[in-house]
Amino acid sequence: MTTATQAAPTPTTVRPSTTDAQGFPTEPRARWARRAPLLPALVFMIVVTQLPFVATLVISFFRWSAFRPDDRGFAGFDNYAAVFIDADLRASVLTTIVLTVSVVLLSLAFGLGIALLLDRKFLGRSIVRTMIIAPFLVVPVAAALLFKHAIYNPTFGLINGVLGWFGLEGVDWISQFPLGTIVFQLVWQWTPFMTLILLAGLQSRDAEVLEAAALDGATPWKSFVFMTLPHMRRYLELAGLLGAIYIVQHFDAVFTITSGSLGTANLPYTIYQTLFTAQNYGLASAQGVLVVIGTIVVATFALRAVSSLLKEEASR
Amino acid sequence: MTAVAAAPRPRRVAAATAPGRTRESRATRMGLGLAAWAVGLLFALPLLWMVLTSFHSETDAASPTPQVFAPLTLEGYRSFFGESSGASPWPSLINSLWAAGVSTVLVVALAVPAAYALSVRPVRKWSDVMFFFLSTKFLPAVAGLMPLYLIAGRLRILDNIWFLLIIYAAMNLPIAVWMLRSFLVDIPPALFEAAALDGAGLMMTLRRVIMPIISPGVAATALICFIFAWNEMLFARVLTGVTAGTAPVYLTGFVTSQGQFLAQVCAAATVVSLPVLIAGFAAQDKLVQGLSMGAVK
Repeated sequence: MTTATQAAPTPTTVRPSTTDAQGFPTEPRARWARRAPLLPALVFMIVVTQLPFVATLVISFFRWSAFRPDDRGFAGFDNYAAVFIDADLRASVLTTIVLTVSVVLLSLAFGLGIALLLDRKFLGRSIVRTMIIAPFLVVPVAAALLFKHAIYNPTFGLINGVLGWFGLEGVDWISQFPLGTIVFQLVWQWTPFMTLILLAGLQSRDAEVLEAAALDGATPWKSFVFMTLPHMRRYLELAGLLGAIYIVQHFDAVFTITSGSLGTANLPYTIYQTLFTAQNYGLASAQGVLVVIGTIVVATFALRAVSSLLKEEASR
Repeated sequence: MTAVAAAPRPRRVAAATAPGRTRESRATRMGLGLAAWAVGLLFALPLLWMVLTSFHSETDAASPTPQVFAPLTLEGYRSFFGESSGASPWPSLINSLWAAGVSTVLVVALAVPAAYALSVRPVRKWSDVMFFFLSTKFLPAVAGLMPLYLIAGRLRILDNIWFLLIIYAAMNLPIAVWMLRSFLVDIPPALFEAAALDGAGLMMTLRRVIMPIISPGVAATALICFIFAWNEMLFARVLTGVTAGTAPVYLTGFVTSQGQFLAQVCAAATVVSLPVLIAGFAAQDKLVQGLSMGAVK
């Protein structure tokens, strides 16, 4: 580690003649000196994240299950065929989409509303800000357990208890609305995340321009629609994108609240089941490869959005 | 806390009192302030309920009508820490501390030089490298879980905390590189030139120029990596067992528990979440920058 950092003094400042037009060194030694601090991190990432994916790809073409250790061999596309005719898996793709889209959109909408409220001056604003952030800082399994047992439970949960105060009859929330209870819990946890990013966006608006607009007679609604929203587009995209990356992979609430039953099994849960319960390595790998392909398609669009952010910075 | 929220916007304060804003009536301002309080309380309510219930007796906790003013007791905490059952959560809490702490140290040690080579003295293809790091966060971790499980089984390192913490380091390294780079590009290049003119070598520049400026950023990065590693459950559940199980894995033992465990469940959730709440509030002013991988400041 230390050697890597010490190797970095690049001769660029000492011998400017060996750099090209953009200021990058041309000499091989100087180029490697620049790369040296980067290499440990890069090699580490390739070994820990890329090699397993290669392994997944290879295993996905094999018949391999822990319950039938003797029957192991090349299976061609059999696992992929099994994935495509598997109704449970197709259902879990749909569940993943519904879960991700509803959690992201709802928490974005709430997040924007709360950010607008927090962007104003009022008594105790920092206390309210702290209260809003707090849900994001509960360990996800703990939050799911809390909602399952202390909030949704039909007999002693908080919701039915409060309804009881008003003489109303509660229901068994989890069995009546299995996916809804998961969405509700996740929206509670992810709205703070959206709020924080959107609030930063609101606070980066140019105060003078807003003031000038108000002096020119723009109503608050007009300046929201014509000035705030266009300015916020980038922040909304970024918050939605980051939220989606995390929610697509979410496992804890599905595992805890419903254990994947009642049509709530999303892709991470289904792969976990194939691997952990069925111990079918070939099939789990094929599922994994297809998830990766699906993600690459979505991420290509997403990365384009982020790359515009980087370009802006580079042109600065 | 107050300083954090109020500091970045002295100009907006002026705007609120400017003549153009007086059209907004006092009642509207009060109403919106109250609405913010109501929403804040609503969001904090499940959390407050969790803490309150954790201090109730199991009988009060399991009452069908919410017992807000029931007497407080440490019963829930005592049973969580294994007073009667003898099952102690301490090994799992220590495993979590170890996995999150050591992986964070590893991440920072790898990410600081990498971020330097991607910003201050960048390699030629620095943006490609940045996207490589980012792309690993897009790939669903669950797809890599299976080979890691098989590799660990083959190498006999299943249920080994070191294997888990290496995975956590890989999970957080892209976040740390992006975040630290966003701090480094903020340092004015003139500072480096001045240091070079004064004859400062790389180590001197690192120690005297870079570290003082980015150390709050490094601290915030470390806190956020710690939170993500502490929270992780899926990999921990698959790759660990009896000896290396982490606190979230210990919590999964409560998934099927019923009625008489409510105070204990709430105590458990409170204890396990406490380090994250502390780390999160400590990093509060840099939380956005970390969660957005440095894209938002």
